[in-house]
Amino acid sequence: MNTDTNLVLACIDGSSLTEAVCDYAAWIAQRVDAPLKLLHMIDHHHEAAALSDLSGNIGLDTQEHLLEELTAVEQQYGKLRLHQGKQLLQAAKERVIRRGIVEPITNQRHGSLVESLIEIEDSLRVLVIGLRGKVHENQPDKLGAKLESIIRSLHKPVLVVNDAFKAPQRIMIAYDGSKAADKAVEMVATSPLYKGLTCHLVCVGKDESAMKQLLETAASKLTKASGIEVITQILPGKPDQVLCEYQDKHTIDMTVMGAFSHTRIHDLLLGSFTAKMLLNTHKPLLLLR
Amino acid sequence: MLFLSKKQDWLGNIRGDVLAGLVVALALIPEAIAFSIIAGVDPKVGLYASFCIAVITAFVGGRPGMISAATGAMALLMVTLVKDHGLHYLLAATLLTGVLQIIAGYLKLGGLMSFVSRSVVTGFVNALAILIFMAQLPELTHVTWHVYAMTAGGLAIIYLFPYIPVIGKSLPSPLVCIVALTAIALYLHLDIRTVGDMGALPDTLPVFLWPDVPLTLATLQIIFPYSAGLAVVGLLESLMTATIVDDLTDTTSDKNRECKGQGLANIGAGLLGGMAGCAMIGQSVINIKSGGRGRLSTLIAGSFLLIMVVFLDAWISRIPMTALVAVMIMVSIGTFSWRSLINLKHHPLSTNIVMVATVIVVVWTHNLAFGVFVGVLLASLFFANKISHFMYVESKLDEENSTRTYRVFGQIFFNSADKFSAAFDFKEAVEKVVIDLHRAHFWDITSVTALDKVVIKFRREGADVEIIGMNEATSTLIDRFGTHDKPEEIEKIMGGH
Repeated sequence: MNTDTNLVLACIDGSSLTEAVCDYAAWIAQRVDAPLKLLHMIDHHHEAAALSDLSGNIGLDTQEHLLEELTAVEQQYGKLRLHQGKQLLQAAKERVIRRGIVEPITNQRHGSLVESLIEIEDSLRVLVIGLRGKVHENQPDKLGAKLESIIRSLHKPVLVVNDAFKAPQRIMIAYDGSKAADKAVEMVATSPLYKGLTCHLVCVGKDESAMKQLLETAASKLTKASGIEVITQILPGKPDQVLCEYQDKHTIDMTVMGAFSHTRIHDLLLGSFTAKMLLNTHKPLLLLR
Repeated sequence: MLFLSKKQDWLGNIRGDVLAGLVVALALIPEAIAFSIIAGVDPKVGLYASFCIAVITAFVGGRPGMISAATGAMALLMVTLVKDHGLHYLLAATLLTGVLQIIAGYLKLGGLMSFVSRSVVTGFVNALAILIFMAQLPELTHVTWHVYAMTAGGLAIIYLFPYIPVIGKSLPSPLVCIVALTAIALYLHLDIRTVGDMGALPDTLPVFLWPDVPLTLATLQIIFPYSAGLAVVGLLESLMTATIVDDLTDTTSDKNRECKGQGLANIGAGLLGGMAGCAMIGQSVINIKSGGRGRLSTLIAGSFLLIMVVFLDAWISRIPMTALVAVMIMVSIGTFSWRSLINLKHHPLSTNIVMVATVIVVVWTHNLAFGVFVGVLLASLFFANKISHFMYVESKLDEENSTRTYRVFGQIFFNSADKFSAAFDFKEAVEKVVIDLHRAHFWDITSVTALDKVVIKFRREGADVEIIGMNEATSTLIDRFGTHDKPEEIEKIMGGH
């Protein structure tokens, strides 16, 4: 494998969000001065058959002939996918170079995205990925097929892109006093990415003094880091609705929050807050596990 | 873990899996009946077994898309058990087989498959094909010419029907063969044996059935040898088939889960009145060829088989045995590795001997486990013999100091120890002997003993003996390769080669 570390990794698949993913990745890479890597996966769908012959008989060396036949078919298909991927990567590379990235790394691999990401997790700083890939491109009520698995299995920040690029000016941290939320505050306070931005620290819940206290501490942490202007707010209501409304009202460009802190079973029964946010928000989400 | 499966394994290929499952189900029926007849039980025992095993492995097997059911390899092992003790002992043996296979799965014995070399696998499938063919011979001896004509016609349909445009590739030709031969036999009122003559067919869904055997040590003594053989052969064929499916589909499988899955399937079969079974090479190839890839294909094959058999039992009993014989000859032709005959010319002699010996032992004993055992043993001996050639000793005489220096290179173990001892010239009269072992590897106690003897002999001739590099040489004297399997350790041990 390679020795790159601290990578900003953009996952592209040629869907409509690919360009936005490249743009956001380039924006991050430039602000934090980290290398940018563009990744395209060729996921062979071996679970689907390439050919089907229902004659149901076996004769002289059928097994060997079948292997040769399947290999030939899959080779052709594989070459095509390889070629398409190369073109995608080339287009993405040119795009990020135009945005000022000096030497973007491109990488094409075979296999499933989730598995490859787990493999290279240690070399990542942040992952940039589209909300939906090719599979659910035209289904606005669906999340990307692998998005939840990716977010759940990685322990690095994941930026989920859902719209064309707009350089963020105002960000919002969805704060609930949890560990993940504190981590989010910590990250925003220390990373050069957020220098000079306005940060809305928003908490949804009852206006209690304990909550206020927590919010104050978090806010002071943020203001200590140079150049971040903090606005704190406690709002009543259902978190996902309230946060999305707040986002629209104050033209927030990006939301930072902890993600999937409950188990899959809990989410299956009660619904996941993260999934709701992912579906309802119109602006990119930076998720932390 | 045993019941977990990815959504893709079930729903990734629905259309292909359903169609392939139907094709396989149709091909499974004649096979299950034929193998029941080999084992000497009613066709329903094989059919219930095929249903149970296919359905259970669909859920718990480690290799999606592989077809498991009642098989010839297993049927051949139960013949004497059924003959001497009856069906209920077979069911008990089937249960025990399942238990043994599950234990094997938890002990991770699937890894032992790496000792089964390519030529043993080839020998296994060739022997299996020969046995399946031989099992058809009773149907083809002392019969009228009608039977030969029907069998030849059946084979012609199986292999030529797919060449008919359009329908050729969308109708399974074995099914066409069975339907055509049944129609001919009924139309001409031929007096030939039918499936109905061979024993009872299923008329209901399988019911829970605890084997009616005394739970005593005597029972265990009867069934254990059979169960052990069945467990070994079942796992061998299943893991071989899993490898074949892995290769064909370019995917991987969980071999230890497959062992446990086969075990559970056999327990299920035993409790529902079925015989032990395992993965089927021929049917799995048919499944892949028909476009089956996922667990769904195996489930469809098993459940459709049962539905067909239960509702069409009146018709199935009229199928002439010649139709089954034709299908089984096809299975035997398709299982045999014809390429291995051509390869006999190019492959090294030792490889060929292993393959042929495996075949001969199996055909002779009707037990695939013995054949594989002999094959693995022979292959290991040949390997040890080859490695022992990688040992030589060079020597240099320093006349001034009357010193002879021997430098030993290569692998010294039980097989090369004599060659090692013979490399020293004990008759030479020298004051001092130096044995340099820096580049030698001592693998076992035999080789260390050989070195001791060499030293003693030189001493008795009046020479002083100095051994150098002993540490490097004996660092290979490792029994378990636990702490030594890191690259730098291997480099230290095998350094210089």
